[in-house]
Amino acid sequence: MSGKPKLHYFNGRGRMEPIRWLLAAAGVEFEESYLEKKEDLTKLRKDGSLLFQQVPMVEIDGMKLVQTRAIANYISTKYNLYGKDMKERALIDMYVEGMFDLNELLMTYGYLPADQKEEYFANMMDKAENRYFPAFEKVCGKELVAQMMLLP
Amino acid sequence: MSTKPKLYYFNGRGKMESIRWLLAAAGVEFEEEFLETRDQYEKLLQGGSLLFQQVPMVEIDGMRMVQTRAILSYIAAKYNLYGKDLKERALIDMYVGGTDDLMGFILMFPFLSAEDKEKQHVLIVQKATSRYFPVYEKVLKDHGQDFLVGNNFSWADVHLLEAILMVEEKKSDVLSGFPQLQAFKARISSIPAIKKFLEPGSQRKPVPDDKYVETVRRVLRMYYDVKAN
Repeated sequence: MSGKPKLHYFNGRGRMEPIRWLLAAAGVEFEESYLEKKEDLTKLRKDGSLLFQQVPMVEIDGMKLVQTRAIANYISTKYNLYGKDMKERALIDMYVEGMFDLNELLMTYGYLPADQKEEYFANMMDKAENRYFPAFEKVCGKELVAQMMLLP
Repeated sequence: MSTKPKLYYFNGRGKMESIRWLLAAAGVEFEEEFLETRDQYEKLLQGGSLLFQQVPMVEIDGMRMVQTRAILSYIAAKYNLYGKDLKERALIDMYVGGTDDLMGFILMFPFLSAEDKEKQHVLIVQKATSRYFPVYEKVLKDHGQDFLVGNNFSWADVHLLEAILMVEEKKSDVLSGFPQLQAFKARISSIPAIKKFLEPGSQRKPVPDDKYVETVRRVLRMYYDVKAN
């Protein structure tokens, strides 16, 4: 029996991709089981493997974890990628949540009908360039951390 | 100088309501600044207080925190409502993820067209009774304990109670097939801090009305049609 985490998802990015990145960054090898047919999902649901009938689901340390954030939080804590204290975790959470928001926009884009794509794309790029990237650009320059901390 | 957390949001539920619940459950007094005008919002933006230009924002422990989930996680950890170890935290995160998804269906409800509201109402009740409530019903039935995780009061319990009450506002007898959840609701509601929060005069906000919708649209210049999810 493999001790490696096992990821259950479609063969594509979606909501599982941040988990793949995180495991890779932690140097953790993992296996993947791809959902290809409707029956694959039905089987997992019938097994009781999916707490809310949804994927992503990751088998890890004897648990069948669902909910992207729950999975990401567990992995990052386990492999020391979650900061050294509560305040660092707060900063990490803020940045990660911003990235999840941007990821949602990217995911939604893929499923839009052709006639809605152009306008959506423009809005998405605007958010990336004017909302998300500047926030992270500043963090890298440490300016943002100072702005965020209240001055006495 | 006050050391109480200070919440920046509209005078209404939205994404800030879960934070109000959690602070109340933890017995933490908090202050609120309500956004009523576009000017107030622009001032916050120009001041650099909003990391992603969005509210909720909470001033707490020398930080200006944004992102609802980040704020909730911080409060839960600080006030020992996040389980005793990594595995309990994983369970709490999973359960909160579910109730968050459920409340997500209700979040945009006030902004929908009348026609979409009807459809969404059906969806909310259907998701609650076929996907979400059965999970928590089973969790409670299987372990027979008073609280969802680790036989201790946690963020998961607060979040579930909030979700139950919100769905009940849409359909008052929605718990009729869920005896464990009915008992859970009574139990958690009677915890002194929660009981106080449920009483009139607390900082709990009422069901969103047209005035709330108007305020949000005006402050955020969010005049487009909101689509149901």
